[in-house]
This record gives sequence, C-alpha cells and structure tokens, in this order.
Amino acid sequence: MTSTRFAIETTSLTKAFGRQRAVDGVDLAVPHGSVYGFLGPNGSGKTSTIRMLLGLTSATSGEARVLGGSMPDNLRDVLPRVGALVEGPAFYPFLSGRANLMRLDSGDRAAPAATRRVRVDAALDRVGLGHAATKKAHAYSLGMKQRLGLAAALLMPRDLLVLDEPSNGLDPQGTREVRSLIRSLADEGTTVFVSSHLLSEVEQMCTHIGVMSAGRLLTQGTLDDLRALGAHRVRLLTPDPDAARDVLTRLGLTPEARAGHHDTPATAGGAVSVEADLAVEGLSPESIVAALVAADVRVRGFEVAGASLEDRFVDLTGEGFDVAG
Amino acid sequence: MSPAEPVGRDAADTRRDDRTRRGLGLALLGSEVAVLFRRVRTIALLAALALIPVLLAVAVRVTADQSSDGRGPAFLGDITQNGLFVSLTALTVAVPLFLPLTVGVVAGDTIAGEASLGTLRYLLVTPVGRVRLLLVKFAGAALFCLAATLVVVVVGAISGAALFPVGPVTLLSGQTVGVGDYAARLLLMALYVTMSLLGLSAIGLFFSTLTSVPVGAMAATIVLSTVAQIVDALPQLDALDPWLFTHHWLGFGDFLRAPISWDAFGSNALLQAGYVVVFGALAVGRFTTKDVLS
Repeated sequence: MTSTRFAIETTSLTKAFGRQRAVDGVDLAVPHGSVYGFLGPNGSGKTSTIRMLLGLTSATSGEARVLGGSMPDNLRDVLPRVGALVEGPAFYPFLSGRANLMRLDSGDRAAPAATRRVRVDAALDRVGLGHAATKKAHAYSLGMKQRLGLAAALLMPRDLLVLDEPSNGLDPQGTREVRSLIRSLADEGTTVFVSSHLLSEVEQMCTHIGVMSAGRLLTQGTLDDLRALGAHRVRLLTPDPDAARDVLTRLGLTPEARAGHHDTPATAGGAVSVEADLAVEGLSPESIVAALVAADVRVRGFEVAGASLEDRFVDLTGEGFDVAG
Repeated sequence: MSPAEPVGRDAADTRRDDRTRRGLGLALLGSEVAVLFRRVRTIALLAALALIPVLLAVAVRVTADQSSDGRGPAFLGDITQNGLFVSLTALTVAVPLFLPLTVGVVAGDTIAGEASLGTLRYLLVTPVGRVRLLLVKFAGAALFCLAATLVVVVVGAISGAALFPVGPVTLLSGQTVGVGDYAARLLLMALYVTMSLLGLSAIGLFFSTLTSVPVGAMAATIVLSTVAQIVDALPQLDALDPWLFTHHWLGFGDFLRAPISWDAFGSNALLQAGYVVVFGALAVGRFTTKDVLS
C-alpha cells in the first residue's frame, strides 16, 4: 500500500446497472485532511460511488483507491481505518442502541474487546445518545437512528469518514450538531467525505467540493475555487455611464446597461447602474475603481457580486427538483 | 484544485498498524449467537418445538386407557409403559416437518435477514469479511439445529418422567438397558439429528445469499426439504435416494441397538458433509462476488 496525497482517489470509476450508467467515469481526488462535500441531486450517483469506495459493490470499470489501498482488493486493511454511514442508518430493531454498536464493534477484528464497552459509550455520548443507550432501536426516532449511525462510524479512531447524507432526518438543531461534530473530527485530522443534496449544508462545513449530476462529476476543487469559477459581476453606480462603459471596455469587460432591470437605469441624483461580468483573469476590482477614478468617472457606488454557490450548483446540475433519470 | 498538505498522515500510518492487527474474530460468533438466541422469534421457534413432546405426553396420558392400536408415530404405544419413550416419539414426529421448518427459518434468514435490515452493509464495511460472515452465520445456524433438537429431547424426557413411570428400556435389538445408558443413547440421537440438519442449513445459507427477502429464502429451504422427502418416498425414484439429504433423517433408531450400528451414521455424515461443502461453496461463490445494494 503506497501513501498518496489523496485519501480517496478514483480513476474513471464507472458503475453500470444494465444499460444505465449510475456512475460514469468519475475521477475523485479527496485530499488528506479535507472536508469534502460530495454534492448532487437525488439519483446523481453519489451513493453508488460510495458503495464502490467501501467495497460493497464492484466497479464496472475504473479504479478506486482509498487511503492508498485499491478497493475492493485491500478492503481488509483499508476499512478498519474508515468509518462509514451508507444510505441511511440500519440497525437490529430488537436490540438496544448500545447492543447494536457492541455487535458492530465485535465484527471489527482490529477493535480491542477490552475497551469495547468504553468506546461504545464514548461514541454514544459524542452523538448525544448517552441517555438512550438502553432503548431498543425500533423506538428511536429517525434523527436518533441517524445519530446512532454516526456513533457506529466513530467506534474506533478513523483516518477517513465516509458519511452519506449525515443530516437526513435531523432537525435544525441536530443538523448544527452534526456540522460541529464533523468540524471537530476534521480538526483532529480525520478526512471527511460527506455527501449531500443540500448545498447550504456543504457550504457551511466543507473545504472541498465535488458536484455530481447524472452519474458524472461535473467539477471539484476547493470551495473558493468553485466560488471563483462563478461569474462575478461588478456593479457600478455613476452619473457618467458612457464614460464608465468606455473605461470598462478598455479593461476588457463587456458592460451592459441592464435596461429593464427594475432598479435601473435612474436612481437618486441621476446615477445610473452599469454592470459587467468580471470575466478577465487577474483583473482586480480595486484596479477597476482606480481606472474609473483616473478617467474622471464619478463613482457613487461599486460592488462585486459573486454568483452565489447556489447559482453555480443550479448552473451545473440544472435540474431543480427533478430526480435525474 | 489545491489539495491540502496531507495532514496527520504519518500519525495515521502508525495508528494503522494497531488497527490491522487482527484478533481471532471469535467475538462476532459470540455476538451472533447472543443475537440469535435472544431474539423473540428464535425463542418462539424453540418454544413451539418444546410443545411437541409436551402435547404428545399429555395426549397419551389423558387417553391412557384407550389403545392406540398401533396407529400413530413409532414408539407411541410404548410411552405408557415407559415415559422415556416420549423423547423418541417426539423426535420421530419433529424430524420430517417441524425441525426442518424451524431450521429453514433460521438458515434462510442468515444473510437475507441482515440484507433486509440493512445491517449487512454495515457488517461488511466494519469490515467483516464475507467468507467470515458466512462461516459465523453457518455456525450460528448449526448451533440452532443442536438447540432445537435438544429442546425436543430434553423436554420430552422431562414431560415423560413427569407423567409416566420411568424404568429400564428394552432396545430394538432386545436387550434391556438402564436409564443412564438410555440417556446417553438419547444424547447421541440428538447429535445425529443435529448432524442430519446441517446439509439443510447449508442449503438455507446459500438461498439466503440469493435474495434480500428473508421469507423467500426460508420458504425455498423448507419447500426443498419437503420435496426431498417426497422424492425419497417415491419407489420410482429410488435411484436418487442415497443422494437426498433427507435420506437418513430417521436413521437414529440405530442407536437403540446393542451394539450400536454406525452404518447410517457414517453414510449420513458423509452425505451431510457433501451438502455442506457443495452449498457452502455455492454460498461463498455467490456472496463474495455479490454487489450489496440493500
């Protein structure tokens, strides 16, 4: 097993079910120590990818390396270092929360039996289930089951956590707790690979992001990379729109008057709004202002509006509420 | 893409050594047995089996003055003379139908039950190796066979002793043996019946790897045990008989001879081992290459 820069690395990973390609040539690169948000609408292939990463299914073609080991060939060495929540929690309804974790832990040959009870209770406490440890799992609410699933992933110290939709079924308070749990795990050096269809959630806790749609990985990178990819716009408020447009054009931008926009063209004091996509690489907003002032354009207002990540997400996946077929 | 420096990788590599050092993995077997035998369904199955000798004994006791005219299961008429025959009669009744029924439920549930609960995927990512899981599941099913058989024999002995006189037993070969000798023979019969059910357990285990609907695997297992007994009973299909896993099921009468005849035991052991190997291999072949989507 060789160490690589990436905790998860896939090459042209593909999974076909009959003629349909659930996962189609995905090249994931999840750096060590990152919190990687694996984003995509329902049915975009996130869970199918995760199943291959964990050796539950075999890839139709392509390769997956997890913690340096090729999957599924090295799963005996890799999986003890990985905690996972796959497609929702699942438990023996007739066993208590604690008994469920004890059973799972007893399956892990690397988990010392002597500390089993202590580790199980610590994991239960960490997800806030200490008080419900002896309750039968069938009496757990969906949110409690989700927490129990997270606890199962935390029974042993892990290098990588693969969490499929971890805040499904949680109330807002629970969602916040999961976010802070993930952050604290990341602070301890654990790489976290977390799938979600909720951009807002990923945006709040991830350092890296990958966007899936219809089985393909559309883009991946740091959160900042992805934000920067979005079309930023400069918006200028000035009584001298023509001169301003000249300056912007000289800088390589394509200004538009945004006619028809509800709060343009005229605003108080005769200032007009001029907007342009910030489409020139290396052109900083402050240098635009400097150029405007140098050309005696009266600048009454200037802002750079980043396209929200949500706009980017919708741009990329473009699917709204439709489940990808 | 600007990948972060591999934070804490060195620490991770040293920790890995601890976590890949494996124990024997017997803890999972312990857990499997505990989960199996603490489950209400398993207890209900065993309780139903316990009812067989109790019903037998009570029915014979209540109607003690009527002759059974030689009808009914083997040894039924002997019960009134000696309560120790209750175990034997109960086994004869339980072996063709009730025992395979309960074994089919347990063996058919092994993998499919975990799959339907969704716990299978969590066991596999723990990771429990797929072959190890099959071994543990088969061991659990085999232990259930033993428990089920012992329940019939022990409850039979207790209810027989409670309702009827107990004394030395006359064997099929004519000799008379004491209660202690007979008890040992009963135990051997229980082990023989347990062994007889191992082939069926392996078949159930294999069926269980084919589906995530446990009821389907259970039904298929039970149906197959019935079909095998029907084929066994048809004179036209005699040629198949030595190959049927049910063929020696009622051969435990051999333990009531002195000296004990081990012929049926030997051929049955060979036959059951063959079924375990074949269906075990099929289960391994199927399960180790299966995409777990449940």
